[in-house]
Amino acid sequence: MFGMLWIDVYDMYMCSSSHQYPPDQLYAKEIMFTICTSMRQRALKPGQSPYRALLETLELTNTKLTLQLINDNNKVRLLLELYRLQGNMTRVKINELKPLKPRFEVPDVLINNPPTDLSLLSQDENGVVLSLGADSQWLIVSAKPFRLDIMEGREVLLSLNSRGLLAFEHLRIRKDTAEWVLNVVCPGWLFSPTGPSSISLDFSLPGVEHVYGIPEHADSLKLKTTDGGDPYRLFNLDVFQYELFNPMALYGAIPVMLSHSAQRTMGIFWLNAAETWVDISSNTAGKTVFGQMLDYVQGSSETPQTDVRWISESGIIDVFIMLGPTPTDVFSQYASLTGTQAFPPLSALAYHQCRWNYNDQEDVAAVDQGFDEHDIPYDFIWLDIEHTDGKRYFTWDPHKFPQPKDMLQGLMDKRRKMVTIVDPHIKVDSSYKIHNEIRSKGFYVKNKDGGDYEGWCWPGNSGYPDFTNPEMRAWWASMFAYDQYEGSMENMYTWNDMNEPSVFNGPEVTMHKDALHGNWENRDLHNLYGLYVQMATAEGLIERSGGVERPFVLTRAFFAGSQRYGAVWTGDNTAEWEHLKISIPMCLSLGLVGVSFCGADVGGFFKSPSTELLVRWYQTGAYQPFFRAHAHLDTPRREPWLFGPENTALIREAVRQRYALLPYWYQLFYHAHHSGQPVMRPLWVEYPQDTATFSMDDQFLLGEDLLVHPVTEEGGRGVTAYLPGKGEVWFDVHTFQKHNGAQNLYIPVTISSIPVFQRGGSIIPRKARVRRSSSCMEHDPYTLFVALSPKRFAQGELYIDDGHTFNFDKQKQFIHRRLSFANKALNLAPGSQFITPSWIEKIVILGASKPSKATLKTPDGKENLLEFEFDASMSVLTLRKPGVNAGVDWTVVLQ
Amino acid sequence: MSCALLLLLMSLALAMGTGAAVEIQRPRGVPLSKRQFYEENKPFTCLDGSSTIPFDRVNDDYCDCRDGSDEPGTAACPNGSFHCTNAGFRPAFIPSSRINDGICDCCDTTDEYNSGATCQNTCREMGRKERESLQIMAEITKEGFLLKQQLIHEAKRGQEDKQGKLTELQGSKKGLEEKVEALRTVKETAEDPEKEAKERHLKAWEEQKELLRMEKDKTRMAEAFLELDDDADGYVSVAELQSHLELDPDSDGSLSETETQGLLGGADKVDTSTFETVWSGIKDKYLSEVSQGQSEPPAPVETPQEESRDFVSDHDSDHYPEDYAGEEEEDVEDDEEDDHDEEEEEEKVPPTVQTPEKREDDEVSMPPYDTETQSLIDAAQKARDDFDEAERALREVDDQMKNLEKEIGFDFGPSAEFAYLYSQCYELSTSEYIYRLCPFNRVSQKPKFGGSETNLGLWGQWAGPEGNLYSVMKYDHGQGCWQGPNRSTTVKLTCGKETVVTSTSEPSRCEYLMEFTTPAVCQEPASLDEVLHGHTEL
Repeated sequence: MFGMLWIDVYDMYMCSSSHQYPPDQLYAKEIMFTICTSMRQRALKPGQSPYRALLETLELTNTKLTLQLINDNNKVRLLLELYRLQGNMTRVKINELKPLKPRFEVPDVLINNPPTDLSLLSQDENGVVLSLGADSQWLIVSAKPFRLDIMEGREVLLSLNSRGLLAFEHLRIRKDTAEWVLNVVCPGWLFSPTGPSSISLDFSLPGVEHVYGIPEHADSLKLKTTDGGDPYRLFNLDVFQYELFNPMALYGAIPVMLSHSAQRTMGIFWLNAAETWVDISSNTAGKTVFGQMLDYVQGSSETPQTDVRWISESGIIDVFIMLGPTPTDVFSQYASLTGTQAFPPLSALAYHQCRWNYNDQEDVAAVDQGFDEHDIPYDFIWLDIEHTDGKRYFTWDPHKFPQPKDMLQGLMDKRRKMVTIVDPHIKVDSSYKIHNEIRSKGFYVKNKDGGDYEGWCWPGNSGYPDFTNPEMRAWWASMFAYDQYEGSMENMYTWNDMNEPSVFNGPEVTMHKDALHGNWENRDLHNLYGLYVQMATAEGLIERSGGVERPFVLTRAFFAGSQRYGAVWTGDNTAEWEHLKISIPMCLSLGLVGVSFCGADVGGFFKSPSTELLVRWYQTGAYQPFFRAHAHLDTPRREPWLFGPENTALIREAVRQRYALLPYWYQLFYHAHHSGQPVMRPLWVEYPQDTATFSMDDQFLLGEDLLVHPVTEEGGRGVTAYLPGKGEVWFDVHTFQKHNGAQNLYIPVTISSIPVFQRGGSIIPRKARVRRSSSCMEHDPYTLFVALSPKRFAQGELYIDDGHTFNFDKQKQFIHRRLSFANKALNLAPGSQFITPSWIEKIVILGASKPSKATLKTPDGKENLLEFEFDASMSVLTLRKPGVNAGVDWTVVLQ
Repeated sequence: MSCALLLLLMSLALAMGTGAAVEIQRPRGVPLSKRQFYEENKPFTCLDGSSTIPFDRVNDDYCDCRDGSDEPGTAACPNGSFHCTNAGFRPAFIPSSRINDGICDCCDTTDEYNSGATCQNTCREMGRKERESLQIMAEITKEGFLLKQQLIHEAKRGQEDKQGKLTELQGSKKGLEEKVEALRTVKETAEDPEKEAKERHLKAWEEQKELLRMEKDKTRMAEAFLELDDDADGYVSVAELQSHLELDPDSDGSLSETETQGLLGGADKVDTSTFETVWSGIKDKYLSEVSQGQSEPPAPVETPQEESRDFVSDHDSDHYPEDYAGEEEEDVEDDEEDDHDEEEEEEKVPPTVQTPEKREDDEVSMPPYDTETQSLIDAAQKARDDFDEAERALREVDDQMKNLEKEIGFDFGPSAEFAYLYSQCYELSTSEYIYRLCPFNRVSQKPKFGGSETNLGLWGQWAGPEGNLYSVMKYDHGQGCWQGPNRSTTVKLTCGKETVVTSTSEPSRCEYLMEFTTPAVCQEPASLDEVLHGHTEL
C-alpha cells in the first residue's frame, strides 16, 4: 500500500519536473520525502486561513507580544510571538503551543537580537494594533482569519498570511491505521518518527515588482516568478555540473529575500535551516510593457504586487522583517542580526592561483617561479585534495610533499602564501589520528541507530564530525595549532570544500536526513552544517596565532551568518561563456544578503576554456571580490603564461589592474566589515529610484564609485553599458574619457580590457607600483584618482592598517581619512593609532581645468609649489609628487 | 608623521652615498654600458627622448620618463629595470618593482637598500657554485660531445651499411623478380599437361561411376520388384504397391487406389519391363521393406568448442592509482571499449562448428592416377613449389628494403646522431610505475604491481623550439582519457654521457613529460674560460 502510493507520486514528479533528483531508485525514498513536503504544502492553495487569533490569550510586555492561534480545522494551537527590534525590524515567531517534543530553533546565526519598545495602540474583538515606533508605522493583528499587516500611514508595506497559506504540520504520535495513511497526500510518516513537520507562510508585498536574494542559485539577479514551475530551493548540495537559469538548489543557502521598489527596500529573513522552498508570484509578471502602460493610462487596475511563500521541512516559523526603507538600511538591519563580512587579510583580496592539483613541491616551486619569470603578481597558491596522505586532511603526501615547511618558507621568502584544503569528511582509518580522536570523543554524526554515520567521499569510507557540537568545534579549531597540523606555518590558510556535506553515496549526494546531530536530525539543521565547518576552521586559524591574526577560510557551503567567517565561491562551474556571465548575478545576490567576499573559479572548473574566454574571465575576475583561478584535475594546465606572449600580457595586465586597485578593495571590505554594505552592488542599490537599473545584472558597481561592465560574449566587439545618474558624469578609467550619466552607452571593446568607469565626484586611491605580491606593496606610495563631478567636487577615503591583524579593531590601529577635492583633508577616526611609511606619490584629477599654480600646504605651515602636467585633450591634471605622508593632513590649492 | 617622512628621505640619501662609493660613479641601477647617458649636473634626457628633466630628478622616486629611464634605481616606474653588478657572479637586470620589495633578488644585495630586508651578499658563493656546476657541465658536454662524434661516425657508417645493403637488396630483388617470372612460366607450362591428364582421369572415373550406378539401380529395381510382387505372379499390382505409404504423392498419410494407379502409370499392375518406367518415378522415395523399421543412428552433432575460445581481455589496463568520482565513468567507458574489442575478436574467430563431410556408404573412392598422370602432377607440383619459394624470397627482400628505407628516411638529426636510439628502449622505474621510452616508436607506462601497459603516445615528431628542434620529442595519440585528450608525452633531451630516462611527470592529466639524457644533443663545448668569464662585467 505504502509502496504503491509513493511510487506513483514519484513517477508523477519525474514526469512533470526537472532533473534535480537523480533517477536512482536507491534514493527514491529520501527524494520522495523532499518532494512530498513541497507537494503537500504547494497543494495548499490561497484561500481563507483556518487560523484564528485567540485574543483573550494576548500577553504584552514592553518588548514582546504573545498570542495563541488556533487551527479551526484540527484545533491545534500555535503560539505567536511578536517583537519589535532596534533598527526598524519586526520579528514574528510561530511555534506549536505544546509540541510533542521541542521543534528545532536555529542557534549560532544571530549575533544580536535587540528587542525594543512595543506598545499597544488599540484593541477590539477583531484584533489589535501595535505601534512600531516612529514613522507612523504600525502592525495590525487581525483575529479571524489570522493575518498580520505592517502599515506605514495608510499604506500596507507587507502582509503575512493574507493569502491564508500559514500551515503548520504539528508533531504527532504515529498511528498505523489505513485511514490515517489515506488522509495524507504523501506518507511523511514513513521517514520521520513524529510525522511530517513542515511549515509555511505567505507574504504579500504591495507595490513590489522586484525581489532579490535567497542564494544560492545559478539564476538572474531579479528573482523570477515560480508559477507553473519549480520553487527556488534552498538545500545545500554538491551538484555535479550545475545548470544555469534554474531554481535548483546549490551548495549554499541564505534564506533572505530583498524587495525593492522606487519607494522602498525591505527584507524578509526566514530563519530556518531545514530544506526550504520559496514560491514567488506576481500580478504583473505576465503583463507586457504595453499592458502595464495601458493600466497606467487608464488609471485602472490593481497596483503591482508580489506574493511570496516560504516552505520549510521542519523547525519553526521565525521571520525577521527588515523595513528599510533604503537599501543601505536593509543591509545595516540584516548586519545587526547576523553580523558583517569578516575583514580579510589584505593579501586575500589579491590574486589566488589554484588547480586540482599542484602535484608536488617541485610543481609549486615551478609555478611560483613562473609567475616571477612572467612578472605576474600573485599572493596565494592553493593545494587541493591530492596534497594529503590518502585524503587524510591535516596530513601531507610523504612523497609529493615531504618538506612542507621548506615549501612554505620558500613562499614566505617571496612574501607569498598558501592555502591547503581541509574537508569535513574524515577517512575511517584506525591509523589516522584525527579519525581516532573524533571517534573516541564521540564527535561523529550518528546514524539513527546510534552508530557513527558513515558515507563515501574522497578518502573512501568517511565519518562526518558533528560540527553543531561546540565541543567538537573547539577540538577541531585546536587541530590548526602549529604543533598539531604538522608542516603548517603562519602563511598557510584553509579551504573548506565538500561541506554541504557531500556524501557520494547519500541521497542527492548529501547526508541522510535522519542522521543525528546530538538530538536533532540532519533534516532540521542541514543547511547549517557548512557554516559550522567554516566557523570552527576560522576559529582555529585565529587561535593558532594567539588571537592576533585575521583568518582566511574559503567555504563552498554556507548559511545566513557565514559572512562572518570568510569567503565563498560559486562552486564547480564550467569553462563556458554563460558561466562567466552568471558569475555576476550569483555574486551580486550573495552580496545583497551579507556575503561580500564572493567569486567564481576564473577560467571555469570543468572543461577547458578557449584562450579568449580565459582572458575575459581574468578581466572580469579582477573586478570581482574573490579572485581565484581554478581548474579540474582532468583539464590541461592553464597557468597564465601557457597561451603565448600576447595572452600572457593580457592576463598580466588584468591582474595588475587588480593589484593597483587593492587600496580601494581593502577600503570597501573595511566598510563591508564595519557596516554590512556590500562590496559588489547592483546598480539599483545606489540608484534606488532608477527603474532602468532594477533588473540589470550584466554590470555592477564596486562600492559606489566604480562601475564595471565585463565582456561576456565570445568575440565581443563592444558592450552597451548603462551609466546611471541624471546630471552625473563617469570617467573611463582606461582612457579618462568623460561620459554623461543616465544613458545607455555603446563602448567598442578590444581584447585588451573591459569597460570600467569612475563616478564623477569620487576619489579613488591606487598603488601604481604593482609588485609580485600585495605584501611587497605594503609601504608603497598612493596615487589618488580624483574624478570631478559637474559641480567640480569630489570626495573619497583612504583606509590603511597593518593588513593582517586584529589590531585595527582591538587597538584602533588604523588610518581612515576623508579626502575631498579643494578642501582640507579630514581625519575620519581621530582616535586611531597607526603610522604608515606610505606617502602620496601623485594626484590625477579627471575633468579638471588648467590651473596657474598648485600649492601644497602641510600642517606645519609650509607651502610648496607642486609641479603639474595638464592634458588638455582629456582634461586631466596630474600633480607631481606631493610627497606627503598618507597619514597626515594636507591641502592642495589650485589657482 | 612628518618625522617618518624625513627619516625616509634621509635614509634614501644615505643609501645613495654608500652605493656610489662601492661602484664606479653612476646613478643606482644603471649598467656600465649606459653610464654616459647619466651625467651628473647635466639635464637628463629620457632614453626614449620623450623629455628632458633636471638631473636631480633621476632616481628621485617619481617616474618622469615614459620609458622609466629616469628611475633606474627606484621602484617608481612600472616599466623600469634595475641593474645589479653582482661582482663575483653574473650581472643581471631585474624589474624595478623588485627594488626594495623586501626580497633579495640581486646576490650583491643592491636591490634592497631601503626595505629593511637583511640580505647577504652571496655573489661569491653563487659564482663558485656556478663555476663548479659549469665545470661539471662542461666536462659532461666535452665527453658527451666526443661520444656524439662517435655516434655520428657510427650512424654514418650504419647509414652507409644500410644504403649498401639496400643497393645490394635492390640488385638481388631484380634477380629474384626475373627468377619469379621464369619460374612462373615453368609452372604454367607444367600445369597445362597436368590439368589435361587430371581431367582425363576424372572423366574416365566419372563414366565408370555412372555405369556402376546404373548397375546398382538395376539391381535395386529387381530386388524391389521381387519384394513388391508379394504373390510372385510376375506383376506388381496396385494392392501390392499400396502398402508403401512413403510413396504417397500428396503426403496425406494414405495411398489411395487412384494414387497408386497413377504411380503405376494408369495400369492396375505392371510386369518387369513396364516396372522400369514406374521405378524411375518412385525410386527416390522407395524404402526397402528389409531396411524399413531399422532406424539409422543419428549423425553425431559436434558441439562448438566454447571452452577453447580465448578472449584477450584487458579490463584492468586503464586504472588510475587513485579513485576519483569521475573515475567510475571512465571505467565504464573503458569497459565499453573493451567490450567492443571483444566483439571484434569474436568476429575474427573462425566458425568452429564443422559440418561432417557427407559420404555415401556406397561411394567408392577414385582410383589412383596412372603413372603417366602422376608424373605430370609431380612435375607441376615441383614447379609450383619452386615458384612459391622464389616469390617468398622476393617478398622477404621487399620487406627488408621497406624497413631499411623507413629507417634511412627517419629524421635522426642533422648528422643522424640519434640513429643509435632506433629500435632501442629505455626504462625508468618510479615508486608506482615502470616507464618505457622506445625512441622513434612509443612511450608506455606499466604499473609495477600488476596491470597492463598503457600507451602514453606514439612517435610524432621533433618538437623543439626554432633553432633547437632536436631538443624535444613529441609522442602523441596514446590511449584516450576520460573527458580529455589522448595521452601524449613530451620528451626533453639534455646532454649527458649516458643515454638514460632521468625523470617522468604528469604536469597535466594525461600529458606526460619525460627527461632524457643522451650524448647526441651535446653541443660543441666552448672553452671553459669563455663560459665562466665571457659575459662577466668587472
